[in-house]
Order: sequence, then structure tokens, then C-alpha cells
Amino acid sequence: MFLPIGGVELSTLPQQLVDGLLLGFIYALIALGYTMVYGVLKLINFAHGEVFMIGAYCALFTSWALGYIPNNTLGAGQWWMLIVMLVASMVGCGLLGMTIERFAYRPLRNQPRIASLITAIGLSLLLQYGGQIFLPLNQNIDSKINPAAGAFTIALGGGKAVDTATLKNTLQQKQAAFDEYLKRTKADPFNLDADGKKIRSEAQAAERDLKNAADTGKGTTLVIPYGKVIAMIATIFLMMGLTYLVMYTKRGRAMRAVSHDFDAASLMGINVNSIVTFTFLLGSVMAGAGAMMVATFYAGAKIDTFFGMVFGVKAFVAAVLGGIGNIPGAVLGGLLMGLTEGLVSWLGFTAYKDAVAFVVLIVVLLLRPGGLLGSAKVEKV
Amino acid sequence: MSLLQLKEATIRFGGLTAVNAVSFEIQPGQLFGLIGPNGAGKTTCFNLITGVYKPTSGDILFEGQPIAGTPPNKIASRGICRTFQNIRLFKSMSVLENVVTAGFLRHKTSLLSSLLYTPAVIKETKELEAEAMQLLKAVSLDHVAHVCSADLSYGMQRRLEIARAMATQPKLLLLDEPAAGMNPQEKQDLNGMVRNIREQFGLTVLLIEHDMRFVMSLCEQIVVLDHGEEIAQGGPDEIRNDPKVIAAYLGEPA
Repeated sequence: MFLPIGGVELSTLPQQLVDGLLLGFIYALIALGYTMVYGVLKLINFAHGEVFMIGAYCALFTSWALGYIPNNTLGAGQWWMLIVMLVASMVGCGLLGMTIERFAYRPLRNQPRIASLITAIGLSLLLQYGGQIFLPLNQNIDSKINPAAGAFTIALGGGKAVDTATLKNTLQQKQAAFDEYLKRTKADPFNLDADGKKIRSEAQAAERDLKNAADTGKGTTLVIPYGKVIAMIATIFLMMGLTYLVMYTKRGRAMRAVSHDFDAASLMGINVNSIVTFTFLLGSVMAGAGAMMVATFYAGAKIDTFFGMVFGVKAFVAAVLGGIGNIPGAVLGGLLMGLTEGLVSWLGFTAYKDAVAFVVLIVVLLLRPGGLLGSAKVEKV
Repeated sequence: MSLLQLKEATIRFGGLTAVNAVSFEIQPGQLFGLIGPNGAGKTTCFNLITGVYKPTSGDILFEGQPIAGTPPNKIASRGICRTFQNIRLFKSMSVLENVVTAGFLRHKTSLLSSLLYTPAVIKETKELEAEAMQLLKAVSLDHVAHVCSADLSYGMQRRLEIARAMATQPKLLLLDEPAAGMNPQEKQDLNGMVRNIREQFGLTVLLIEHDMRFVMSLCEQIVVLDHGEEIAQGGPDEIRNDPKVIAAYLGEPA
């Protein structure tokens, strides 16, 4: 372990890594769509981020349709709403993905690849800016359904489980009480009566507690909101399902055949059109699931038509990082991106975390041009 | 009735007529050869038959039904399958998987039931794998069934291509230069193997080949193309002595 740079607290590292990991799973989910489409069509589907954006809107509209939940927390009997929202996003994105493939990409299948690529960029812009006419902007699911309220707290290093957020809260309350006391009694802070001393010492104790928790590392505590845990578990299940589908079902096998050799697969009796449509469906469904989770479980996620941009680009980088066209590679790339971001944030460079992600990409591509799990193709002559 | 019939099949690419009014008929059970110098239009002929290209004019009949312009996967499902001049296996799949994948047409189970892994799926998977093993045995690759197909030797990859094509249960098997790059011993083995699978699976075989000895010893009927035109047709002996064929291969006598 290297020494923390000045001002960096070792105790916050686990939290940043866990947050990064959770984010990484979301990146991975979206990256799968890029990588699968690239696998079968050798096309970078730049509109994938916008499919993700539409998924967030599907979740938003569904949450509206299901009704406002005033107390800001999801009641015990209301978890089914999350499932409905998830399914709605997945279905909405799936349909959109298939439509895009059928009407935007298929007519260009036999044209030079650059035509499809430009169409993809055009579609992406169309959805981003065209959506502004029809879609409500700057929306927030968080204020309506917020399962992120409530969290697991886990103690590390043998210490007592201390929620630093709670400590901070206490400190603020005590300080406010002290301020209020000063205001009320107009007392001299350097010459307090017994009441004043008591209130001040409480505030000081709260400050000490918080400082101790942060300093000793004993009080290192992971705070993982329930919502993010749900998101991670759902993501892992989706990935397992996808792996099974691609590796062991006939359709998955046909998908792999098409990605190896489009024409040969067709001549072996595989209906390539239906396989390509299916690939778009799968990728978009994954993006839909990711969108619902980000929109719902990440506090403060603002939904507008550019919602997919940052996630889309990051997931694309993740796909390239892992080796585009390679499914396990997309997952690895996503997790790596998330963890890198966590690490960079921990070092205090939160403002640069996006830049660092790209630096990692550049370094990896310099060392392994095919990506981490991809193999650089050598043309035989 | 003939199994496959080309009637004046023609295809032009811009100003180039790659195949010009070629007609021939293949009877069920025949071993039929398609030969000609480089650039004669042999592989283009294969592409016309398998639906990769649509003929500019003329007709192609399979079992009496016109198939020109039908998508390749539909033609494959009617019972025509092929191998490729340059090997085009699904390289990262195992040998067995390559063959099972080509049986795609005959998988009955739906996506949902295969996701749920129902007993029907398990049964079908077992059957398909058993069938695939049979085919691998026919091309003597059963001992490497679980090896990654990219790791096979060249000759083995060629044989795997044949097994994969066979997995679609074709009535007509098209082999595009099956002996290319093989040594004499491998060629001899291939000769026996093609005869064997014809007997065992009741196939008709149409093959393109450059090796004259191989073609003459294997095929019962031969068509010769040159510059997209059909210049001769007949049994091996007729072809061997045809002056036009000799001229096409060796040039006109000075």
C-alpha cells in the first residue's frame, strides 16, 4: 500500500472502490450492447447511448403512471413498482433498438461501412435534440421513488460500525444548537455559564468523534445504499443470463457464428437478419435495465435528452478497453472503468476522473491494441 | 427429374460477364465436377446456386423449383450446402460446436424453453450432439471433437468444413476446391471420404477442383467453364480428350 497523499484519507478508500465497482457494473451493462452489435455487424452503434436515455424516460413515465409516493421512501408493499419500471425500460429500449436496426442500419448493410457509422452518429444527434421537442427535461425519478433511502453500513478493520454521514449530521446539529444558544442568550463565547459549556462540549465531542472515525481508520465504514445493492445484484443476474444465452442456446450459438463469418453463417442456414435484430434487442434491453437503475438508484440523476451521453461514451470506452466484440471483455472493461473512477475520486481528483478514464484507455490500447481480452487480428496474406 | 438444373444462368458485374448462359443438369446421386482455368467463373457459379448472387438472367431450378434470388439461408434450408475455397470456419468454437451450429435449421426448441433448460431442450441438445458426432466420425474428426477449430491442421479444417456443411442435411453438397493445399496422401483420403459420405448419406456432390487427377478419378460427369462460358460437358474420358478443354488449359497449339 502506498502512502496516502496529503489530505487523502485511507479510510475513505473502501467506500470509493465499492462505489466505483457499482458504477462499473452499470458501465458493463451498457458496454455489452456496443460490443455485441460490433461483434455481428462490425458497426459502432453510436445511438446506443440514446437508447439508454430513452430507457431512463421509460422508467420515468412508468413511475408517473404508477403514482406519486409522497413519503419519499418506497413502502414494503411497493417494491413491485421497481420491477414494473425495470421491465418497462427493458421493453421500451428493446423495441427502439430493433426499430433502429430495421429502418436505419439494415438498408445500409451492403453499403460501405462508413455510411452506417454516419447514420449512427446522425441518429444519436436526432434523438438527443429531437427529443427536446417531445420529452420533459430536467426530470428526477429520485423525488418520487427513492429506494436509495436506507443503506447497509459495514464496519471494516474490526472497528464499530460508524456511519460518518450520521456523525457529520450530529456534528452539524450540535453546532447549530450552540449557535442558536449564543444567539438566544447573547452570551460571550469566552465566558459561558454551565448550560453554555455543556452545549459547547457536546459539539466538541461530536467533532472529536467524527475526527476519530476518520483518523484512526478503525471507524472505516462502508455505506452502500440498498438501491445500489439491488442494481448490482440485478446486473449480475442479467449478465449471467446473457452469458448462458450466448454460450449455450441455439440462438446464442448462431449469434457467435454470425459474428465470426456473416456469409458463411448465412450459407449454413442461419437467418442472419433475425440474428442481427435479436442482437440489437439484447443489447438494448441491457441498456434499458442500466438506464432504469441509474435513473432510479442514483440520487440526483437528472433525466434529460443528454442523459445517455456520459454513460454512453464511458461504456463505449469500456467496450474498447476490454476488446470490442468480446463479451467478457466488455464486463471487465466496465468494472475497470468504474474502479478507476473510484480511485481517482479517492485521490481527490474527482474533477479529472473522466479524463483519467481516457488516459487508461490510451495506455491500454498502446500496449494491447486489441483491448485487454481482444486479440489483434493479423491479416494472413 | 434432375436435382439441380441451370438454365442459361448468366450474371454480369457492370461490364463483366462472369458467368454467361451456363446450363447443366445434375442427377440425384451424381458426383459432378466443375472445372476450368482460374477466373473461369466456377466459384461465381457456386455463389449463384447458393443464393449469394442473383443471376442477371436465366434460371436455376432445384428439384424443379426455381431458387434464383432466394436468400442463402432459405436455400440452405431447402437442401443445398457448401464449403468454401478459403476456409471459413467459426474459428473460436470447438469442432463439435461448429457442426452443431450448422444444425441450427433443425433445432425445434424456442428461445424461452432453451433459457429455461427444459427436458425437451436437453434431449434435443443430446440428439444434435450425437448427430454431429456421427458426421465427425464420417470425416474422421471425432477424436478432436472438443478441440478449438482454429487449432486443427489445414487438412482437418477442410474436412471439418465438409462435416459442418453436412450438418444442414443437404441433398446437394457443393465443395469448393476441397483438395486445395492438400498433399497427395490427404487427397487420396479425401477421395475415399467423399465417396463414403455419398454412399452413407445418399448425397449428390458438385465440386470445383483444379487437381485434374483428383477430379477425373472422382467425378462421373464434368462441366468445363472458360471465361464464364461452358466449353465442354461429359464423362472424364470425353473431357480429357476434348480439344477445346486442352486449348483452354494449355493454349492453342502454335
